[in-house]
Amino acid sequence: MSIRDNASQMATALANKEISAVELTNQHYQQIEAVDKDVHAFLHLDKEGAISQATEIDKKRAAGEKLSPLAGVPLALKDVLTQKGVPTTCGSKILEGWRPPYDSTVVSKLKSAGIIILGKTNMDEFAMGSSTENSAFGPTHNPWDLSRIPGGSGGGSAAALAAFEAPLSIGTDTGGSIRQPAAVTGTVGVKPTYGGVSRYGLVAFSSSLDQAGPCARTVLDTALLHQVIAGFDPKDSTSINHAVPDVVAAAKKLEVKGMKIGIVKQLSGSGYQKGVENKFNEAIVELVKLGAEIVEVSCPNFEYALAAYYLIAPSECSSNLARFDSIRFGLRVGDDGSKGAEEVMNLTRQAGFGREVKRRIILGTYALSSGYYDAYYGSAQKVRTLIKRDFEAAFEKCDVLVSPTAPTTAFKIGEKADDPLAMYLNDIATIPVNMAGIGGMSLPCGLAEEDGLPVGFQIMSPAMKDDRMYIVGGALEAALLAKWGKPILDFAPKLAGSK
Amino acid sequence: MAAISRDEVANLARLARIAMSDAELDHLAGEMDVILGAVARVQEVAGKDVPATSHPLDVNNVVREDEVLPSLLPSEALSGAPASEDQRFKVPQILGEE
Repeated sequence: MSIRDNASQMATALANKEISAVELTNQHYQQIEAVDKDVHAFLHLDKEGAISQATEIDKKRAAGEKLSPLAGVPLALKDVLTQKGVPTTCGSKILEGWRPPYDSTVVSKLKSAGIIILGKTNMDEFAMGSSTENSAFGPTHNPWDLSRIPGGSGGGSAAALAAFEAPLSIGTDTGGSIRQPAAVTGTVGVKPTYGGVSRYGLVAFSSSLDQAGPCARTVLDTALLHQVIAGFDPKDSTSINHAVPDVVAAAKKLEVKGMKIGIVKQLSGSGYQKGVENKFNEAIVELVKLGAEIVEVSCPNFEYALAAYYLIAPSECSSNLARFDSIRFGLRVGDDGSKGAEEVMNLTRQAGFGREVKRRIILGTYALSSGYYDAYYGSAQKVRTLIKRDFEAAFEKCDVLVSPTAPTTAFKIGEKADDPLAMYLNDIATIPVNMAGIGGMSLPCGLAEEDGLPVGFQIMSPAMKDDRMYIVGGALEAALLAKWGKPILDFAPKLAGSK
Repeated sequence: MAAISRDEVANLARLARIAMSDAELDHLAGEMDVILGAVARVQEVAGKDVPATSHPLDVNNVVREDEVLPSLLPSEALSGAPASEDQRFKVPQILGEE
């Protein structure tokens, strides 16, 4: 048993009593102790809570109680989901020190399944960003090269997996915040169908786009976690009351013969780093060898997805973030008895929000203001319809769609920090999925020749057909593993002090 | 001509309840102009015949039976408040002196 094992292997070792949940949890804290000063994947560790949870699982197992498959396996939780009594900052100064009085539904489900929550992971402030550089608490570093970004907004959740600090993590994906970090860290991440996983207790950024999802080092582990967190929740009015597709069986199927896989013309070809394009094409060759049929599809309106996203998401954020008003929770600045509520609110939001959050609130306020609403927000909503129609037409011709996940491999910290538009372009291939509310997965498909860094392969499936991306992802992963001879993370340089 | 002026940005910041220094406003006005220039292209394809989509699902209002369920205690609800008094949120003055 090693912390480099997969979650499923850890689960087997626990079930066979080769290791206890307390021992496994402690081994992960030792790894965090050794490497997280360099990686900075975590904002907060809840050692006491995790050990007490693990002790409970060990007792139940000793008593012969039937436990769920992942009971006793540790997990890293993105700091945008509430966990009762544990600090939840969303990477923002405005929530520093806030301890929520309730569990999000995702956390309730993790706890019921006996999954051990090690701590909260770093992220771009309120999930706005593609590099984790927008965290008010400093960036996370990519375990493949500490001078590079781990993606964002869920850079902490992805880096924790790649640095073997946790075998499972939870991310959230509004425009690619699960998939792009997975791509640049050589890990797997899934954005489920919108409404597939409850948003109750997920601090809202853009409510019509936000979706929590599972992250892990293998497709099967991701599916096992997906199964735990998905399902109808009456506490979320946008939760889908429909059976969760059998993603675990799908991940184990390893058979794509006869499946139709569509390459989206607008998300392929030029515009990608050479090594990204090459590795994507090599993965397509593997899928053909496995018997899949490749078709090219055209989605002409995807060209406008990025522009529409950067109107819709800021518009919804300008409304959602109004709740940070210095009254009910979080920071309050300037309340010296001489100032009124509005002035205190203005000063608190000036001090508590970072640059990107302010930029998006102002952009959203503009897009929603009278006189500009139709031209900006209204037009963006129409583009959303066109993107949905493009997907519907494409899925008539194929079972899943594929593209590279991100245009480049991990870039250097600081490289794009002063150029918001260049940063926004990271999400060009991931955004259409959120706009239409469908499912999307990223899994590693190789290392780019020019820099030796991981490349992500994106699979998109129709709404509530999340099992399809697991079928294709599982089969492709197995073929690539056979070709490489070892898991992709074994090619990463060893971190100082790492086990 | 700039798509948005510095005065307009200052007004938006006021509406959004975010105090901003002169330096912040100068910087943001420049950035907003560039971003708006880039996102304005949504207008190219948004014809009159295209309906708007506000949400990926057909969202309907969801109601449940009106039954009493456990909820947060006042102490829990107030646990994150910057200031509270007598089981209430304590806020700075909201009306003028008169």
